[in-house]
Amino acid sequence: MAGTEWNPWRRLLALPNESRTKTIAMAFLVSGLCAILVSSATVLLRPIQTANRAAEEQAQIEDLVSGIPGMTALLENAGGTLSTVVIDLKTGRAAQNVTRATLDAALADPANWTILDAGADLAGLGQRPDYVQIFLLRNSNGIALALLPVTGQGYGGRIDAILAVHGDMNKIAGIAITQHSETPGLGGRIADRSWQDSFPGTTIRDDSGAVRFNVARGAATTAFEVDGITGATRTGSGVTRMMRFWLGPDGYGPLLDAIQRGEF
Amino acid sequence: MTARTSFWTTLSDPLIRQNPVTLQILGICSALAVTTTLATAVTMSASLTVVLTLAAGIISVIRRHIPDTIRLIVQIVIVASLVIIIDQILQAYFAAISRALSVYVGLITTNCLVLGRTETFARHHAPGPSMIDAFGNGLGYSLVLIVIGAIRELFGRGQLFGYNILPLADQGGWFTPLSLLLLAPSAFFLLGGLVWALRSIWVEQAEPPEHTPPLKPRSAK
Repeated sequence: MAGTEWNPWRRLLALPNESRTKTIAMAFLVSGLCAILVSSATVLLRPIQTANRAAEEQAQIEDLVSGIPGMTALLENAGGTLSTVVIDLKTGRAAQNVTRATLDAALADPANWTILDAGADLAGLGQRPDYVQIFLLRNSNGIALALLPVTGQGYGGRIDAILAVHGDMNKIAGIAITQHSETPGLGGRIADRSWQDSFPGTTIRDDSGAVRFNVARGAATTAFEVDGITGATRTGSGVTRMMRFWLGPDGYGPLLDAIQRGEF
Repeated sequence: MTARTSFWTTLSDPLIRQNPVTLQILGICSALAVTTTLATAVTMSASLTVVLTLAAGIISVIRRHIPDTIRLIVQIVIVASLVIIIDQILQAYFAAISRALSVYVGLITTNCLVLGRTETFARHHAPGPSMIDAFGNGLGYSLVLIVIGAIRELFGRGQLFGYNILPLADQGGWFTPLSLLLLAPSAFFLLGGLVWALRSIWVEQAEPPEHTPPLKPRSAK
């Protein structure tokens, strides 16, 4: 038996533990068993985690709306709930044959996804669903607030957020980050209220209609910028690209135009 | 020594006499990071105790068959898998606390306390004693975390488990929260104070000085 003999049990049992075969076999055995354990835990617990996340997202939406001045009263007038609309991103109108109930089924069909080519794929998504569920809050003049779910690629992984846009469809009313995996303490601060507080009032598009939204390096200097986070440049540019994609022509651009024209 | 007393000392020794945090100064990174409230401290303690006990049991069962060359990797893989499972369970059933703990549950993997116990004890002892030793060490870690967490939450917020204990000054009471206690440095102060207190009571825990200063400076000729 090879190797130094210092362990009394091993000497007792005289097992050739140091043999190459046994080392490799043990490595495979242990990692295989651990892989099975971890995967089964993940798969078994995923439905509960998804439900938790949905509940949290709902709470964040309510929080987001109640944080925007004047919206709480509107929400109460509307009966306490936001109206949900499934929109077709290609036309920027309400989807004709997809409803809230059939949205999941529709998105399971690859035909309802648009593959993005590299030039248009600012947010690093690869593909984009054609149907998205958005939330609207109306007042007597039409739409007072639109909540648009957006998603993009940050530094550590996917960022999911909900963007609140005022009725003129050009002023941001607020943002809620529903899911992210950025570095805690650096990019992770996108989930902090203090950073999100620089969003309200930011202008999305300039007069020519181009999306100008930008996360600044440092403090915001123009009406189109929000403050950057020191030490999280890549998270910031991820947010910039996410917002430019979703507010641009391949995202909610057609919808924003339609609402601005009063066609919604 | 009968088996009963040896089990008892294995379990109770790590609580104070051989406490892994205050005597061996192991695993203090997480001990400092998650003790701002009692709820996170208790969750972290419970997670670490479960991971440590199970890891010690599993490693002890296969201890005769772990090749020496890859023993650290084997132990880390087992610990990491258990940590992921615990993290998933926390995310599913204790979503709010899991968010508060953020990365620190994952960092149990690299907690020196876990690897320290599996490497020094579980690899050389039968599953029974190993798990008792691991459980005792988990309890010792928990004790320190809970004491520090309780002090920080009580004096930093005037609360325990989120319930108001001390009437706050801004709500008409007399207690002004000490915000310093919610910041990381206060955990160092508290832990240092705790170590000092324990070593004053149990003098044998004090380490000998690393070098003795010369008795008196030699005068130059």
